[in-house]
Amino acid sequence: MSKIYKAFEGKKAFIGFLTAGDPTLEKTEEFVLEMERAGAALVELGIPFSDPIADGPVIQEANIRALSAGCTTDKIFDTVSSIRRKTEIPLVFLAYLNTLYKYGYDAFCKRCQECGVDGVILPDLPFEERGELVPIARKYDVDIITMVAPTSKERIQKMAADATGFIYVVSSMGVTGARSEIKTDIKEMVRIIRNVTDTPVAVGFGINTKEQVHQFSELSDGAIVGSAIVQIIGRYGNEAGEKLYEYVSEMVSGLAK
Amino acid sequence: MGSGRFGEHGGQYIPETLMNEIHKLEEAYEKYKNDPEFTAELDKLNREYAGRPSLLYYAEKMTKALGGAKIYLKREDLNHTGSHKINNVLGQVLLAKRMGKTRVIAETGAGQHGVATATAAALLDMECEIYMGREDTVRQALNVYRMELLGAKVHSVESGTKTLKDAVNACMREWTARVDDTLYVLGSVMGPHPFPTIVRDFQSVISREAREQILEREGRLPDVVMACVGGGSNAMGSFYEFINDKEVRLIGCEAAGHGVDTDKTAATMAVGTKGIFHGMKSYFCQNEYGQIAPVYSISAGLDYPGVGPEHAYLKDIGRAEYVPVTDEEAVQAFEYIAREEGIIAAIESSHAVAHLMKIAPQMKKDQIIICTLSGRGDKDVAAIARYRGIDLHE
Repeated sequence: MSKIYKAFEGKKAFIGFLTAGDPTLEKTEEFVLEMERAGAALVELGIPFSDPIADGPVIQEANIRALSAGCTTDKIFDTVSSIRRKTEIPLVFLAYLNTLYKYGYDAFCKRCQECGVDGVILPDLPFEERGELVPIARKYDVDIITMVAPTSKERIQKMAADATGFIYVVSSMGVTGARSEIKTDIKEMVRIIRNVTDTPVAVGFGINTKEQVHQFSELSDGAIVGSAIVQIIGRYGNEAGEKLYEYVSEMVSGLAK
Repeated sequence: MGSGRFGEHGGQYIPETLMNEIHKLEEAYEKYKNDPEFTAELDKLNREYAGRPSLLYYAEKMTKALGGAKIYLKREDLNHTGSHKINNVLGQVLLAKRMGKTRVIAETGAGQHGVATATAAALLDMECEIYMGREDTVRQALNVYRMELLGAKVHSVESGTKTLKDAVNACMREWTARVDDTLYVLGSVMGPHPFPTIVRDFQSVISREAREQILEREGRLPDVVMACVGGGSNAMGSFYEFINDKEVRLIGCEAAGHGVDTDKTAATMAVGTKGIFHGMKSYFCQNEYGQIAPVYSISAGLDYPGVGPEHAYLKDIGRAEYVPVTDEEAVQAFEYIAREEGIIAAIESSHAVAHLMKIAPQMKKDQIIICTLSGRGDKDVAAIARYRGIDLHE
């Protein structure tokens, strides 16, 4: 079993996302530690991809910045190893499937285990195609995180029953990015999930305010913030550490008890 | 493993948000593809609106000039809207209507699929929005205005390489945001299942007709069937009914750009490796870490870093061959067929003509080649002039 469950032990979890290598991998290491210091329970590291079809403009631009700076999958693994010498915070990757496929599913999952990556979120790997990856990931104790969408409806039960690590509830239609209003009936989605599994549930996509963090962590086990964090990094670059600490601290203070 | 496989290729690698919708599309297609009313309506549109069947034209002058195999041209350039794209969009937009959709979105490279989709949407009363890479809106400015004339809204895609792949990305993003009233009318035999099958079925009218026409004209099957390949829809449509005729060689001609030994190429079969992108497992131009390569071709319609999964399969099993053709060869073929046969063929189709010019002279006079002209080249005239150093004002 991976360490992901620790993020949800006895409390609601704040999950922060950033794109690895934006602006540099040295900074990624610093930013992860800042987020942990601010109270993040789990950090998602995005592996930059040339064509992130599930992401909005903010994360698309971060991908371009990271790739332009020479970030690669191997360098990210090295950075994770380095982070692991300093913290035990659960870490998951957010990657597009081609990154794993090209690296080799077995080689990738093996490196995850060696470096201390606990799970992988893959926005372009739906339930029906999990079979080619999940058995390999399991061999190395890497959770392939299940994403549930507002359109999943009757699919939720079978997807949730199969899930490990945590379940990522996609709050809204469309791509990643801050939204002022989220209309999906998250409560109902979480209820269906809870009926079939004890795996923790976190809500992401569109969340960027303390109020939203409160609202969705009350309905589930945690809230995920991505684009808002990446935007701070985009604006302040190398100097973003302090700003990240402030922003994440504020979001963490919004968590439901 | 999910559905829609061609060997190991294909599949449905898309966000969960789209899965229920893609299953609905699968169900609708299964229901309507053999529905007599649906097929009758599509046949009628193909005949009376698109101008099918398209001619199988014996290119006598070219045959004599090249001095080898008898050359037949399957004239998809004569279809309404000027390319094979109409075959697919009439089917898909009709399907969208049956599914109760009121809006269609589509990507376009050269603009041919965008124009065809806008046309079908105008005819069948659907809202239509087209996504086109900014580079392509410049290369094919006339087609942008054409789509607008047809009532479509054209979005210039500013992300990535600002070409066809980015237009597909933009369409996928838009579709995940709005599925209830919208169908993504994919333009090629690519993307997640069931698109490669749907588009192939609607395009296979090309080979269904060509097979009948050649049997009627020559009393025998051709030795070679060839077509250009970007995503691969006109080639798949041209090949499909001949796949079981083992004696017929199938040749796909892809865009080599400046050459397969340069980084300015879009020849996926020549330089690509297996990957997973745009909803499918297939061959892609990519680096060692799976980053999709910025591809290049003079032809906006072939400027795509992947290829349809059924083509990948036909390559794997050795049933079809794929050859690269450079910009220069394609432009020469563009000029050649204009002078020789009085046909201004699309720069995409000219890639197939270029390879035809290489193989026809090496074949015997009693052998037969069918080469599909996927579209007409009016849209390319200004670009070819620029290539030759002449500045035209359209």
